[in-house]
Amino acid sequence: MSQLAYVAPSSPEEAATALAATGARPLSGGTDLLVQLRAGRVKPDVIVDLKRVAGAIGIREEAGGYVIGGATSGAVLGEHVGLVRAWPGVVEGANLIGSTQVQGRASLAGNLCNASPAADGVPALIAARATCVIVGPNGRREAPVEAIATGPGQTSLSPGEFILEFRLPPRPARASDAYLRLIPRTEMDIAVAGVGVNLVLDAQGRVAQAHVALGAVAPTALLVAEAGAALVGGRLDEASLAAMEAAARAACRPISDKRGTANYRTRIAGVLARRAALIAFARAGGQL
Amino acid sequence: MSKAHVTTTVNGDPVEFLATPGMTLLDALRDELNLTGAKEGCGSGDCGACSVTVDGRLVCSCLVLAPEVEGRRVTTIEGMAQGGQLHMLQQKFLEHAALQCGFCTPGFLVAAKALLDVNPDPTETETRYWLAGNLCRCTGYDKIIRAVMDAAAELRQEKIA
Repeated sequence: MSQLAYVAPSSPEEAATALAATGARPLSGGTDLLVQLRAGRVKPDVIVDLKRVAGAIGIREEAGGYVIGGATSGAVLGEHVGLVRAWPGVVEGANLIGSTQVQGRASLAGNLCNASPAADGVPALIAARATCVIVGPNGRREAPVEAIATGPGQTSLSPGEFILEFRLPPRPARASDAYLRLIPRTEMDIAVAGVGVNLVLDAQGRVAQAHVALGAVAPTALLVAEAGAALVGGRLDEASLAAMEAAARAACRPISDKRGTANYRTRIAGVLARRAALIAFARAGGQL
Repeated sequence: MSKAHVTTTVNGDPVEFLATPGMTLLDALRDELNLTGAKEGCGSGDCGACSVTVDGRLVCSCLVLAPEVEGRRVTTIEGMAQGGQLHMLQQKFLEHAALQCGFCTPGFLVAAKALLDVNPDPTETETRYWLAGNLCRCTGYDKIIRAVMDAAAELRQEKIA
């Protein structure tokens, strides 16, 4: 690491220019990057700290929806009363990452771009239909969260591009979300499976819109349109829950590892999808 | 080899140091500023022995690059006792024998203080979850939890009085 330089630009454009250089690596919360540096898994020439970039940290409301700075820590997300009320699932996903100490640093953009299939911050963001504002050497573009990770450790971002912020859609009344994951112990572990469910109910309390996203059961987090569609039009009756579970399981393409076999992961994904849907439904004011 | 000049505040005192490339905040505290209270257990954010706060936020100093604290406020275990008087948490750790080898103790104290700063009346469950990122291989945790709960109760009493 003898040549490792550190820069902390203040404008998005400067950051994109610095990141476009050969051997540049973005730093958000650092909870993955510093571990990788120490292990010698990455050997960058320059680290571009994005936390001083204008807009990279903070939560604001814009056009009726929340905008979350990409480098905002999990701790800050969890303390934001309005965000927790509107998007409890998004926040509980982010807040499941690591310890209190890790929460003081870990960010959603870092979690997404580290591109672990088991990233806890990602499924609820996908289910929320969140988009990323991406800044790069050629300007800005917007992309859905599910378009970022392309495989373990791989993203669709071009050299110089980084996620400045996430945009969450406006939240109507009678809407809520939930994220559940299973780990082999009670804290500080990596998901065997994780599921985010986002529901919008109509005036009669029936599901008007439903989005279901799965983590840790494929090379990337998955948006399972069939699982969401199975819930629409009802009040989470047994038939629609069973159809949703079946659709979620059908989408799973997991690996077997020390945390669980492929069969177990697939089974658990269905169980978590059902439970997360019931939690989101109750949070949205739904009556079974 | 280019060194970064870093100006920051540690335990209320302005300090300056030169950061070598890749130097962590933990390295800077221990090797440049001779503040050896924060310990390196794992170096990967798993054990909490290097816990400090940056702008009031609890972090693992092994997961922070030294130049990141430019212009920030860092507090370490060395800033906990005031004028030779132990903090209530430190006193209660002694009374409850909440340490054996002591390697994890500075991290536990810094983390526990960060908890009581935001939640003066935590439940035992909240305390255990908050401290889940601090590992101790000696005590089995019970004495640590009892010391934190007792210190919290005592601090609440002091506030009333």
